[in-house]
Amino acid sequence: MTVPSLEISRLTVHFGSRENPVWAVENLDINIQKGESFGLVGESGSGKSTVLRAICGLVPIHNGKLRIDGEELKYPRSKSFYQRVQMVFQDPYGSLHPKHTVDRTLNDPLAIHKLDRREYRIGKALDEVGLDESFRFRYPHQLSGGQRQRIAIARALILQPKILLLDEPTSALDASIQAEVLNLLDRLKAERGLTYLMVSHDLAVVSHMCDRLLVMQFGRSVELLDKSSLRDQSPKQQYTMNLLEASKGFRKSSTEK
Amino acid sequence: MNPTLLEIENLRISFQTRTRLVEAVRGVSFSLGREKLGIVGESGSGKSQTGRAILGLTPAPGKVEAHKLIFDGIDLNRASRETWRKLRGDRISMVMQDPKFSLNPVIPIGRQLVEAYRAHYPVTKREAETASLKMLDAVHIRESKRVFRAYPHELSGGMGQRAMIAMMLITDPDLLIADEPTSALDVTVQLQVLKIMDELVTERGMGLIFISHDLQLVSTFCDRVVVMYAGKVVEVLEASQLEQATHPYTRGLLGCLPQIEGSPHPLPTLQRESSWSV
Repeated sequence: MTVPSLEISRLTVHFGSRENPVWAVENLDINIQKGESFGLVGESGSGKSTVLRAICGLVPIHNGKLRIDGEELKYPRSKSFYQRVQMVFQDPYGSLHPKHTVDRTLNDPLAIHKLDRREYRIGKALDEVGLDESFRFRYPHQLSGGQRQRIAIARALILQPKILLLDEPTSALDASIQAEVLNLLDRLKAERGLTYLMVSHDLAVVSHMCDRLLVMQFGRSVELLDKSSLRDQSPKQQYTMNLLEASKGFRKSSTEK
Repeated sequence: MNPTLLEIENLRISFQTRTRLVEAVRGVSFSLGREKLGIVGESGSGKSQTGRAILGLTPAPGKVEAHKLIFDGIDLNRASRETWRKLRGDRISMVMQDPKFSLNPVIPIGRQLVEAYRAHYPVTKREAETASLKMLDAVHIRESKRVFRAYPHELSGGMGQRAMIAMMLITDPDLLIADEPTSALDVTVQLQVLKIMDELVTERGMGLIFISHDLQLVSTFCDRVVVMYAGKVVEVLEASQLEQATHPYTRGLLGCLPQIEGSPHPLPTLQRESSWSV
């Protein structure tokens, strides 16, 4: 068995005080192989975003181990970690600095990691997400939602990471723009052999993008599914079935709880 | 056919900015009976502005013009401020997208409901409280007494949105305008909220304008769908006939949604044509 690209074992995260803890994630195990796309699905409060934040070292871990290519992650994360793992956030209106130009947003990670040929790298990063040079000196407010999310993706990819953590990357976008961004993510994955861990509440998006997915509820895993059983709509757990039903739209009888 | 509740003909909304004239809505016409009408479009298509104009809430410096803007026999085009005030809340009310920003954060839910009710009906405080509790029950809030005393931050998104709907329906309006009422909610909660709205609208025989960007949701929830693009209505459809949409924009929107059963890689994208927005 090959070493998984990203291995999460018995991850537990809690917030709040010792007397009154809120268990955000409990005993979660995930193995993601290289080149795979893995989906995390659940309602708000199910802890799916917390998993991504825990991987990045943005929330303290109470218990459990995180490994990347078999190597255990330390806290705080090393600089080289961020060259391997990058994150794209949900809301492109909040995740870009409003007073930094696109150029500065893309230049910062290069400066922090002391990379050379910055001009070339910025040009190439923009080109890869399908934006031309004219966008380089614009501010976020001069961009549309889809263009902003492209910049956020370019910023994540400029350090050439191997793993991309995607936190609801298209839920703030219109349907037509969502299709464009999903296609872009698809293409980048094929070109660069990226590994994706994608959080979404939209089962259709997960079915389109991911090979396997984990359904979460109340911080615990409910069910691990592969793409085909999602598409046949043959999950084993009732909760997953409820989510599938709900994603089909409104029906007068189906919503009684 | 239902009697017409609202009639809009050639509605135009424009904003004069420093550099140019922005036309947000350019000639929208539709009529509404006591039914559920969906308005669908992307951001910037003018769908929310259309909803606001019906309530006379177009922000300055916006200008609203229409050949006809008639609500239940009242000409809104020539309505005075006083007429508007009488209509708003009482006969037409609006549910906004996010309960976090539309409820007053420092006043308990119950007091906000009582205030809304007493603004329109000459009742005692006690009576208003009873009516409010009953309304909270009607939107399926289980512990209505607790919620009545709770502050907005103590409620989840779904609860907050239900409280908002309760507040809007307590005056028993004839027309409810819901601007993306469920976009901030989870899918399962979304359906519960929609079910409540569906029940109440059907029971009370109200008209509902449901503004959303989610074509699939609207087609399953509403009776008719108005599809807007760049400030214009491109197509009006019976919701059940959505699959037979003829306009390339509607077809493109439907085509670019991924499906659970599997969809092509890459997804088809929407090829915008300049002729749509002329």
